[in-house]
Amino acid sequence: MAFLKIDREARQGYSLIAPPFLYSVLVLAAPLITILIYSFFFYKTGYSSLEPGFTLQNYQELWADPIFRAIMQRSLWVSGLVTVVTVALAFPVAYYVSFVVAPERKALWLFLITIPFWTSYLIRVFLWKVIMEQNGVINSVLVGTGIVENPVTMLRSVGAIVMTLAHAYAPFAILPIFVALEKIDRSLLEAGRDLGESRLMTFWRVTLPLAMPGVIAAVLIVFIPTVGDYVTPELIGGGRIPMVANFIQTQMLGLDNRPLGSAMSVSAMLAVAVVSAIFLILNRKFLKVRQ
Amino acid sequence: MKGGGLLRSYAVLYLLFLYAPIILLPLFAFNSGTIIAFPLRGFTTDWFAQMWGNATLRRALFNSLTIAVSASVLATCLGIFAARASTRFNFPGKGGMMGFIMLPMVLPEIIVAMSLLVVLLGAGIKLSILTVIVGHTLMCMPYAIAVLSTAFSSLDKSLEEAAYDLGETKWSAFRLITLPLVMPGIVSSLLISFTISLDEFIIAFFLAGNEPTLPTYIFSQLRFPKQIPMIMALGTVLVALSIVLLAMGEYFRRRGNARMGSSASGGLL
Amino acid sequence: MIECKDVHKYYGDYHALRGIDLTINAGEFFSLLGPSGCGKTTLLRTIAGFEDISSGAVLIDAKHMENVPANQRPTNMVFQSYAIFPHLTVAQNVAFGLRRDPRSKEEKAKLVDEALTMVGLKGYGARAAHALSGGQRQRVALARALILKPKVLLLDEPLSALDRKMREQMQVELIKLQRQVGITFVLVTHDQEEALVMSDRIAVMFDGQIAQLDGPEALYARPATRRVADFIGVMNFLPATILSEAGGIVTAEVPGLGTVELPERQISRANPDDTAPTIGFRPETMTLVIGGQTHNQPRETEATIDEVVYYGDMTYYDLRLDDGAGGKTKPVRISMRNVFGRDVQEVGTRAKLAWSPGSLVLFR
Repeated sequence: MAFLKIDREARQGYSLIAPPFLYSVLVLAAPLITILIYSFFFYKTGYSSLEPGFTLQNYQELWADPIFRAIMQRSLWVSGLVTVVTVALAFPVAYYVSFVVAPERKALWLFLITIPFWTSYLIRVFLWKVIMEQNGVINSVLVGTGIVENPVTMLRSVGAIVMTLAHAYAPFAILPIFVALEKIDRSLLEAGRDLGESRLMTFWRVTLPLAMPGVIAAVLIVFIPTVGDYVTPELIGGGRIPMVANFIQTQMLGLDNRPLGSAMSVSAMLAVAVVSAIFLILNRKFLKVRQ
Repeated sequence: MKGGGLLRSYAVLYLLFLYAPIILLPLFAFNSGTIIAFPLRGFTTDWFAQMWGNATLRRALFNSLTIAVSASVLATCLGIFAARASTRFNFPGKGGMMGFIMLPMVLPEIIVAMSLLVVLLGAGIKLSILTVIVGHTLMCMPYAIAVLSTAFSSLDKSLEEAAYDLGETKWSAFRLITLPLVMPGIVSSLLISFTISLDEFIIAFFLAGNEPTLPTYIFSQLRFPKQIPMIMALGTVLVALSIVLLAMGEYFRRRGNARMGSSASGGLL
Repeated sequence: MIECKDVHKYYGDYHALRGIDLTINAGEFFSLLGPSGCGKTTLLRTIAGFEDISSGAVLIDAKHMENVPANQRPTNMVFQSYAIFPHLTVAQNVAFGLRRDPRSKEEKAKLVDEALTMVGLKGYGARAAHALSGGQRQRVALARALILKPKVLLLDEPLSALDRKMREQMQVELIKLQRQVGITFVLVTHDQEEALVMSDRIAVMFDGQIAQLDGPEALYARPATRRVADFIGVMNFLPATILSEAGGIVTAEVPGLGTVELPERQISRANPDDTAPTIGFRPETMTLVIGGQTHNQPRETEATIDEVVYYGDMTYYDLRLDDGAGGKTKPVRISMRNVFGRDVQEVGTRAKLAWSPGSLVLFR
């Protein structure tokens, strides 16, 4: 229904949504606002490390710090790379399941794709470490078959982190793209072909633009959480390639500087929001031109 | 279809990539060598026995189960309210409120964990498995809502109206008609929330205080090479458990669809 | 039986019902007819009690319904989707409303059997409801509502989900059923044919208002407005000029038909949607004179066949009438039964059109 109803229905709606919404306000909004407030407080050594007040000093200190800037940059860069790799690897699979797989087998494919996602994240990440270690699976194969003489170092590199995260977030990329592809009216593609477009051109001019909402969702759903990933840099990066999550933890708990840690969290969220917004705006422009 | 063969090989390769780590898990869990590397030595079930005899692990398991059961029940109950509100009623601000409730799905977990931690510490609340339950409920709620919304939205609105029209009250119409029809959705919501909570590391790591949960216990043991084979055994058990739970969830979801007389399609999300 | 007094309904700023005044008699088969969005379903739902009204009053059996919720009103509803409970059997569905009934199990079972027999589903009680066909669901929905012996049965587009054959069959069955049980039926439909076939009286609704309330024949023969005429069946319109008016008789000049005299009963004065006078007539009221066949219509007009559409039992001709000034009118549609000896004419043929002034309606 297109029109608003501010009557009994709205009241029932509000009373229903109240419990989960209030829970989110209490457990999510309140802490986030607290962090925001803390980030303007003064740092002081002692029990709570907090001195109420208003200062921009934390932010100034933070953004003047070359280490933080480098880490923030690296987090965004690694996440961007993970996102590109994950979505690029996932798109053909989503396309395959949506367009090639017989309808009655689609559910099975989706089930197969989602299963690894539900198994212990920690153990999965650790197993990638096992696979890529000096005496790990890949190296024992490479050395054993004589392709290389000495084990190849793979861990503690951005590539290893990207690989691990691309694996971890695979279903997050496949599912939204799959859903978008499923919504495409198949007769549109036939119409494209009928109008003399080649298969490739039909894909480029019809399928891809229509799948874009799914791709956008996939990009955001992979990019945003990976910026804050903690486990993979810790295990695969071996602490050598800390990302912003590890840095926040050190600041908050290790050094017990809560104002600075808060400023860091807020900055990280802002950075993620800005990058996502830029991406969405660019995309809107791109789509408009194409139409 | 032309090009289908190429795509198919790619899709199969991709599946292999997805399953590569999981396939290794049982290999090392039953391998008698103490070092996690090829070639494999021999078959053993020692690691499983060692796992069983580990008191800290048992405590972690107990904590994890307590947390997962509580969080999945809470998240599903709250999710039922949200799913019903969003699929059944129109009211100003619905999109924003629902968006906010679904936010933890995309928010970096570290931020959720850190901000919660700061508030809990500031309020002087002692960290325990209770605080983990609070955090996990928040994290599981969006997934529960996603599953439940599908169940609720496939429900014809006039079914409840018909029951009401035939003399039932609003509540008894909900109990007699809606609840049985969305029950499969509720069961899969419980299972999915349970699985997520059981695996969740970041929030448990920061909010559990000194209490171990399975993931934080695993994380603490990964530093000790000696413990790795046992962790592999534990991982094997967890993977098997996850698959069983998921298969059950999928079964209930499909049975729900069959009951509604619609065809099964789509995945868990 | 049912009275609506100046009923208004707002959804926010949207004015869905704009002052409905309506009386539905006991035992009547009453239809609310109109295009989608005209408010007919909203009106039905306010009678059922699913929607609050913003102002006005709804009375059933002279009793105010304002504070009577849907589950306590003497009405039952057949939903557009039928709303058959998919997790129950046919018998459980039909018996659903009897849950709070104090009668014994055996008595209830007997009632269910009777209800199922009445709708032609004897022996279907044990079947799973979700496995039924569309027509069968419809019957279950009817049995489920009628078993409670409501004073009014409300039907929301009950036949729209059925295919044409099934729909026509159910129309006849619904009429029979209504006569058999003798209770008031209120039907909502957008299908004018369905309304004409089934109803004792029809309220045609546009934009939240009742445009005309009449029996089927009156509605068809003397539509109150051009919009009603256009919505019900096919009507041709030609512009007219009013020459004189005396003693209730209007004399009008119509290009193509010449000068006609129309008595009061053929004149529709409630014509808000068109200010210029217009003559309207139905396709089947005029006769195309083919091969010198006789007819009993008093007037004849020369015309040219513009288009021929063959329907098997009927042929539609679009004709341009000679307007008497050397020109031609816009095409008007005439329908002819295809009977033995009456050949289908070809496009471009000159032909005679025979007609009676008595079949014309003047909208002014």
